[in-house]
Amino acid sequence: MSQKEKQVFALSGASCAGCVRKIESALESVPGVEDAKVNLAEKTLSVVGDVDQARCIKAVEDAGYGAKPARKDPRELREEQKAEDQRHYRQLLWRCAVALGLGIPLMAWGLITGEMSVTTPNEQLAWGAVGLLTLAVMVFCGGHFYTGGWKAFRHHNANMDTLIALGTAAAWLYSMMVVLAPGLLPEAARHVYFEASAMIIGLINLGQALEVRARGKTSAAVEKLLELQDTSALVLRDGEEVDIPLEEVQPGDRMRVRPGEKVPVDGVVRVGSSLVDESMLTGEPVPVKKVEGDSVSAGTLNKNGTLIFEAQKVGAETRLSQIIEMVRNAQNSRVPIARLADQISAIFVPTVMIIAVLAALVWFNIGPDPRAAHMLVVLTSVLIIACPCALGLATPMSVMVGVGKGAEHGVLIRNGKALQQASDLDTLVVDKTGTLTEGAPKLTDMETDLDKDRLLALLASLEAGSEHPLAEAIVQAAKEKELQLSEVEDFEAITAHGVRGNIAGKQVLLGNRKLLEREGVSEGDWPSRAKALAQQGRTAMYAAVDGKAVGVIAVADPIRDDAKAAVARLQKAGLTVQMLTGDNRATAEAVARQLNIDEVHADLQPEDKEKLVSQLQDKGKKVGMAGDGINDAPALARADVGFAIGGGTDVAIETADVTLMRSSLHGVADAIELSRATLRNIKQNLFGAFIYNTLGIPIAAGILYPVTGALLSPVIAGAAMAFSSVTVVSNANRLRLFRPTQTQGE
Amino acid sequence: MDLLVNIIGLLLIAAIVWWFWLAAKGNKQQSVSADEKLEILVNDGVYEPDRIRVSAGEETVLHFRREDASPCAEWVLFPDLEVSAQLALDQITEVTIPAADAGEYPFHCQMQMYRGTLVVE
Repeated sequence: MSQKEKQVFALSGASCAGCVRKIESALESVPGVEDAKVNLAEKTLSVVGDVDQARCIKAVEDAGYGAKPARKDPRELREEQKAEDQRHYRQLLWRCAVALGLGIPLMAWGLITGEMSVTTPNEQLAWGAVGLLTLAVMVFCGGHFYTGGWKAFRHHNANMDTLIALGTAAAWLYSMMVVLAPGLLPEAARHVYFEASAMIIGLINLGQALEVRARGKTSAAVEKLLELQDTSALVLRDGEEVDIPLEEVQPGDRMRVRPGEKVPVDGVVRVGSSLVDESMLTGEPVPVKKVEGDSVSAGTLNKNGTLIFEAQKVGAETRLSQIIEMVRNAQNSRVPIARLADQISAIFVPTVMIIAVLAALVWFNIGPDPRAAHMLVVLTSVLIIACPCALGLATPMSVMVGVGKGAEHGVLIRNGKALQQASDLDTLVVDKTGTLTEGAPKLTDMETDLDKDRLLALLASLEAGSEHPLAEAIVQAAKEKELQLSEVEDFEAITAHGVRGNIAGKQVLLGNRKLLEREGVSEGDWPSRAKALAQQGRTAMYAAVDGKAVGVIAVADPIRDDAKAAVARLQKAGLTVQMLTGDNRATAEAVARQLNIDEVHADLQPEDKEKLVSQLQDKGKKVGMAGDGINDAPALARADVGFAIGGGTDVAIETADVTLMRSSLHGVADAIELSRATLRNIKQNLFGAFIYNTLGIPIAAGILYPVTGALLSPVIAGAAMAFSSVTVVSNANRLRLFRPTQTQGE
Repeated sequence: MDLLVNIIGLLLIAAIVWWFWLAAKGNKQQSVSADEKLEILVNDGVYEPDRIRVSAGEETVLHFRREDASPCAEWVLFPDLEVSAQLALDQITEVTIPAADAGEYPFHCQMQMYRGTLVVE
């Protein structure tokens, strides 16, 4: 592959300045290299010029080093992270096992024998040995808490590591003081807490291991999207098929996709026809027929025919890549509801430290004996039970799962703010054309005294020269029936009336009532038929041949099959649905009646739509606007949430708050249901995290002591803390079970 | 003895307030200018350096080297700038920061245990 860009290679074996010179001079001999630079710190080689990748690698290898193209493929990154998570998971379990291996026997000893005090020199020796063993366990299994806590401290920062390090270190130091200088403490307080340090470290490692597992599942949706991307493609070069890595595919390459294979990049079909399953991108379950000239998207599945298509967008430019990028960004964006949690997290740890010291002082000053031991238990328990992670994880985990789930259903949510606002909407304004209707007028009715096909052939011949959208519907209907069209003579389009012309010696008229009046043609019985059609929301036109009205034909933009059900779903969700259209009131009202729409705004100019949205907002409504993303851009931008319906054009993906990959209003209902489910999940998590901390900390501080007569064991505090964050992540994972109501009903 | 313990306790509280809040604010003057060579190390619960200075109105590329395997360190988020990046372990990940107005923009991991500030001036 040749290209005139910068190429980056990952180097192996290079470790000194000498290697740098050697590699760089080896590259100078490669034809086309304009510049080659080694970055020793990153162990990368950057090559600029029209240069062959394989020759660069060969040159580096000949110089005695290794090189491979530096990959930043998100799928590979995710795979690496998964492997790393797995390794980390095993490491955490191992650490947990070692720490609990010491902690559990020690705790059992204490519970069974009750002998955890230090009174004799022998006990001093024995507990001293246990203390050193505990220290070894703390360093081996929990060393990262201490280094993390210390580093954060040096940066005037405090985090979860700080709390764990302080809590376990306090218990260990106190116990060592009991061992080394028991005389400093009253007899009742000469109790060791080595088991607490070991158990806490063990339990927190266990909690973190479970959290690693649970967190892996939160990105399942993005993984599914990443898996849609093939790693190689069959490219046609000089009439032969060559299997090349995906990143080497260039725009303009012709590629073959066989039945059952995935489309590797975005492109246009040049040869063949086939059904393509696009459900993974659009959520639309029915495969779409693709023929010459149709575009295909990377990641979609070719079902039954072989297609040859031309690559147009590759790499990060494909629709799939853009979707993945958007989903990943949205998954990590901020949700306004989390602001309070963010503010609390920022001051949480130092505040807990202060509470711990204050609680210890209270126990020292007014608590019962042994005061020193109670002080320590309270201090350790408060430090350990407080869980900033649960608070920090509450929102991001739910957003991660919720946004990912949306992508699975063809609903792309721009960010956390859009997600939250979509859950609050009470009014949905819908553009009629292309959203509630197909967007392409069709011939719906034809009533005539003549032969229907004959009249249609005459009218289509007449309209063939017209550019009016309604004319297109008539011509299309004739084409579908494979009718022969004739030449038109003396064609005339009469503004606001209709058209007129001579076909095969007959004078043909097509237009409204005014046209017949103007031409002096009697209407006959047709006006009553025309009126009936108009009441159904159709545009009726009169046809006359040789000065006699021969029938009416009606053209309408057909209502989408699923629009009525989608409107009903939205109304059930508590939204008022309003329709916007540039059509006349009679047509608009007819459509609205059929769909059971609450309110209709007809005869609108494009700029009126935006005004209408802001008027609704001024009345205190939370307004969502659904449109095709191109003509409605200002109104979509003005609305609290703009839903762009229409298969995810680039413009829509870039501007809309929510992009619906399939052209159905059900997508809006899905998005609203999902956003509500996600927000509910976030609230549960935040509530849980707040309640956990606001109840846990006072209990650890001994508030229940007057009732229970006992303090909370630091070991229980450790267990509670370890499992609080697992609970938050697991609750977020429940969102993975979300299913829109439409699917449930099917 | 009682008095001593109480004094130590109160001094500890004062030290916490001073070190984590008052001194932390004073420390804000020290920031490191982002250039091509600057590597932001992600390890042991902190970004090093954790205050990074960039020029206003210019796109900047930050280089993060993640050495902490825990999932917390996997993502770095700049919520105000709507930028987020997945950091590869033991590798440098380039994070492109779009041109921004002067001001301070916090960045952190998903859980907000890792924290840093991007100073745009």
